[in-house]
Amino acid sequence: MLDAGRTQETLLDVNNIEVIYDHVILVLKGVSLAVPKGGITALLGGNGAGKTTTLKAISNLLRSERGEVTKGTISYRGQDIREMDPAQMVKMGVIQVMEGRHCFEHLTVEENLMTGAYTRKDGRAEIEKDLELVYSYFPRLKERRRSQAGYTSGGEQQMTAIGRALMSRPETILLDEPSMGLAPQLVEEIFTIVKNLNENEGVSFLLAEQNTNVALRFAHYGYILESGRVVMDGPAAELRENPDVKEFYLGMSDEGRKSFRDVRSYRRRKRWLS
Amino acid sequence: MEILGSIFIDPFVDMVAAPDFLLQVLWEGLVSGVLYALIALGFVLIFRSSRIFNFAQGIMVVFAALTLVGLHAAGLPAWVAFIATLGVMFLLAVGIERVVLRPLVNQPDIILFMATIGITLFLVGGGEIIFGGENKVMISDELGIPDGSLEFNPWDGFLLIEARDVTVVFGAVVMVAALLAFLNYSRMGRAIRALGDDHQAALSVGISLTTIWVLVWFLAGIIALMTGIAWGSRAGVSFALEIIALKALPVLMLGGLESITGAIVGGIAIGLLEKLFEIYWGQPLLGGSTEAWFAYVLALVVLLFRPQGLFGEKIIERV
Repeated sequence: MLDAGRTQETLLDVNNIEVIYDHVILVLKGVSLAVPKGGITALLGGNGAGKTTTLKAISNLLRSERGEVTKGTISYRGQDIREMDPAQMVKMGVIQVMEGRHCFEHLTVEENLMTGAYTRKDGRAEIEKDLELVYSYFPRLKERRRSQAGYTSGGEQQMTAIGRALMSRPETILLDEPSMGLAPQLVEEIFTIVKNLNENEGVSFLLAEQNTNVALRFAHYGYILESGRVVMDGPAAELRENPDVKEFYLGMSDEGRKSFRDVRSYRRRKRWLS
Repeated sequence: MEILGSIFIDPFVDMVAAPDFLLQVLWEGLVSGVLYALIALGFVLIFRSSRIFNFAQGIMVVFAALTLVGLHAAGLPAWVAFIATLGVMFLLAVGIERVVLRPLVNQPDIILFMATIGITLFLVGGGEIIFGGENKVMISDELGIPDGSLEFNPWDGFLLIEARDVTVVFGAVVMVAALLAFLNYSRMGRAIRALGDDHQAALSVGISLTTIWVLVWFLAGIIALMTGIAWGSRAGVSFALEIIALKALPVLMLGGLESITGAIVGGIAIGLLEKLFEIYWGQPLLGGSTEAWFAYVLALVVLLFRPQGLFGEKIIERV
């Protein structure tokens, strides 16, 4: 059961990982997922479900926040990547765009983009070419190239962050909460660009998103996380039609409006039903 | 009234009456200001990229100067000794990163600050064991720093400028320009600035903390060596030089901890102001020796009214 745009080859394989922060706080309790080459995979769930932690476990940014993968395996193209540092991951083609943009505020937009090419060794000409490619996807960035990133709008900062990641010539982008704090129209624009990048440049995406509605429209496959566990997964088209997803994540119900008190977490209800 | 006159009127009358002497005072101030600025630059570089307040910058100046003189005394030609000292500063940077910074990564700032005090003590002890504690003479002649002085006669007056000081100022300007060009236009320089802005994001694009840390400590080491040569050729090489490096603290208060422009402007401003104050206000009114405390009082005033310093980075915050 595969959607269009998906191939069989699995790039990233996360197998039953457990993550502990500060040696005591258990955040992920056995998360497994697979990211296929050329697909857009969505990681859905509410606040604190463990989406960001999962992404950081993959990109190995966890260690700088005193987090640790204590169980399970993560492999990329069949290679174990748990002991690598973020720089090695970027060289392998996996780069994370962090939640809340994280632009370098005092650098110009263009300098921000150029930092994305930090690990590349293929020469100035190639990097310049990719800079033009980024500008062709984000024409607004070209207009603002000389502005300090800190003074650009939220949407432009999100574009800068994605463009910066593109400059590393990634195979897979881990995109964390691209819709955060943006107007609905901009969210559409950003997701459309993500889709174009996926189709035209062949970049695979693993995106964490609270905005289930948008994410399921653009993704090929989805995983739903709750309290550090995957509670459901499936092709995006199927998830969109699933009555539980509709009720708890899309806010649609056959029984009309419901009182908030009746809405309990998906997992608790599922436990009762099964 | 007489007091007010001697504070607000007499000094300026003196300045206008003897413009050549004023020029001399300004020049002396500029030379020491440039050196303060250099030391402050070393602080700023390390602080920007790692949020570490490097207490050891002062002793690094002494250590670099001692190494240079020591290697020359051991028989190396001056310029070979200079290159070798750069090598030693590089090894020091690598060592500090490996032994001190890497194990302490992610610790609170105050712990890293304490660690730099540890580095200071280590370098003081190490320097004394290896090179001895007695004063030494900087090998300025051997390095080709010109001796002698130039005389000018502006407004029929007399102005004496030491050729050595001209070299110092010129060298400092060249070095600062090179440093700015490096930071603004090179890939590594961009990475250093990026790291100063956002640690996590820098990690996420694959900038390696350890490489950058070694680099900034090495740059701070080069700056320390230059400052050591400059101060050493004026005042001799001894551990007392470290005290001079403390002058960089008020410079940082004035200029802001993160600003390279601030370090330069702050350093020169403090150099100029403390000389002017000493000559025109300190000596006639307070009995002299105001240079020892003037900079700190000035820094205190700045802290009261503008705690981020005159050039401290504005925190860009969008709502």
